[in-house]
Amino acid sequence: MLYSEKVMDHFRNPRNVGEMEDADGIGEVGNAKCGDIMRMYIKVKDNIITDVKFMTFGCGSAIATSSIATEMIKGKPINEALELSNKAVVEALGGLPAHKIHCSVLAEEAVKAAVKDYYEKHNIDYDKSLYCVGDCPCAHEHDHIEEE
Amino acid sequence: MIYLDNAGTTELSKSALDAMMPYLTREYGNASSLHSSGQRSKEALETAREDIAKCLNASPREIYFTSGGSESDNQAILSAAELGAKKNKKHIISSKFEHHAVLHTLKKLEKQGYKVTYLDVYENGIIHLDDLESAITEETCLVTIMFANNEIGTIQPIKEIGEICRKHGVLFHTDAVQAVGHINVDVKDQCIDMLSLSAHKFHGPKGIGVLYAKQGILLTNLIEGGAQERGRRGGTENIAGIVGMAQALKDAVKELDEVSKQETKLRDKLIESLGKIPHSSLNGDAKLRLSNNFNMCFEGIEGESLLLLLDDAGICASSGSACTSGSLDPSHVLLAIGRPHEVAHGSLRLTLSKYTTEEEIDYVIKKVPEVVEYLRKMSPVWDELEKGKKQHIL
Repeated sequence: MLYSEKVMDHFRNPRNVGEMEDADGIGEVGNAKCGDIMRMYIKVKDNIITDVKFMTFGCGSAIATSSIATEMIKGKPINEALELSNKAVVEALGGLPAHKIHCSVLAEEAVKAAVKDYYEKHNIDYDKSLYCVGDCPCAHEHDHIEEE
Repeated sequence: MIYLDNAGTTELSKSALDAMMPYLTREYGNASSLHSSGQRSKEALETAREDIAKCLNASPREIYFTSGGSESDNQAILSAAELGAKKNKKHIISSKFEHHAVLHTLKKLEKQGYKVTYLDVYENGIIHLDDLESAITEETCLVTIMFANNEIGTIQPIKEIGEICRKHGVLFHTDAVQAVGHINVDVKDQCIDMLSLSAHKFHGPKGIGVLYAKQGILLTNLIEGGAQERGRRGGTENIAGIVGMAQALKDAVKELDEVSKQETKLRDKLIESLGKIPHSSLNGDAKLRLSNNFNMCFEGIEGESLLLLLDDAGICASSGSACTSGSLDPSHVLLAIGRPHEVAHGSLRLTLSKYTTEEEIDYVIKKVPEVVEYLRKMSPVWDELEKGKKQHIL
């Protein structure tokens, strides 16, 4: 099979899917041209991510990585959420096919983008070096393909 | 399971399997051997060659057995290129949406100094004959244009293309992998010099195909070896495959009118019903297409997730999204007919066969809109389109 059971479970039964009307931060990464867009909404209270929602346009692994990423950061302090790596997402899903790793990168970036939006909306200082500039997912994908 | 990926491959028919069985069991002699077992294989081989030739209106000596469509495409193009080079003709004309077996062979030739013109296929997926005629030069050694497209099913004006090529003295090859067994093919009437076909697209076995090359065309060997296939393709013949292919082709040609009538009815039902999904659009000409081909784009969703959910619902389908093609870009066919990337990612191809029933199509008509709606609900792209932040393309 293309995907692990865990990936298929998150794809078939995505957790925390949908829109959030009163989000404190919204991050959107990806590019429709490349075939993946993730939008992540967070609700923050006392530096804790109290609620997360996502919307994703993309393949099965794009939906699964966003779903599991929301689970991994929900209820966590912001600084812990920022430490979420694409590798951790892949591991939590029991692996991804090589050409789908970029989806996990996108999930990591979606979380960071949502936090960044929260910081900016609330005038909170943050470490700007944590963020890549512009639309990285395609670039990541290109790098990845070349590695193969 | 509802199998609607018949452009990918088809189910082996019972009659083809029955024809093959003796050659998979007791009749295992090598067709090059002198003993009677070998000679029985040889006889089966030549009977199959005659049967296949008859189906194409060719003569048996013009039929070369290969491993399938890709090998036939490679050999046809490389042969014509080599013949061209001898006369210092190194220009080839093709189309933008050929199968990769053709496109990648042409890319290889471009690296070797050949010039290739890729004709536009326009929005409806059909070339313009005047584009072809004006692309032909003194240097043109080959025109290679597919009979029917594997993704969107559009059918090219093959006879007219053949006539133009003949008028200009240029060899004409057609990749007819999707056409043979599905529409009438007559190499004489349609002025075809070389043609590729593959058995598993018409309920024959995998791993076997034909290159038809008109008498007098000297083929370049891809596989050196024994004297098989008049010295043009070495290797012990796959008798079971060849016999199965001949049986499947005879059946397909015999049933062609009846099957295509039934498929057309079901295909048009799909086009009409699924076309009612808002912001959807059929890919390729609605009429000048294979009777078994449905291909539509749905805005705001991505093809792989659509396929996975349809698979969960018991429907085997296909898509031209990048994720399913294993590359970065969506289908080159959809891009060639002018679909923007973001729309091309959301395509669905359903290809029918003689085994497809109306009940199955009714179920698909019920299921696809549900899945499209479900995916759109979680799609940020759809969200922006619906909220007017972006303009609908379809």
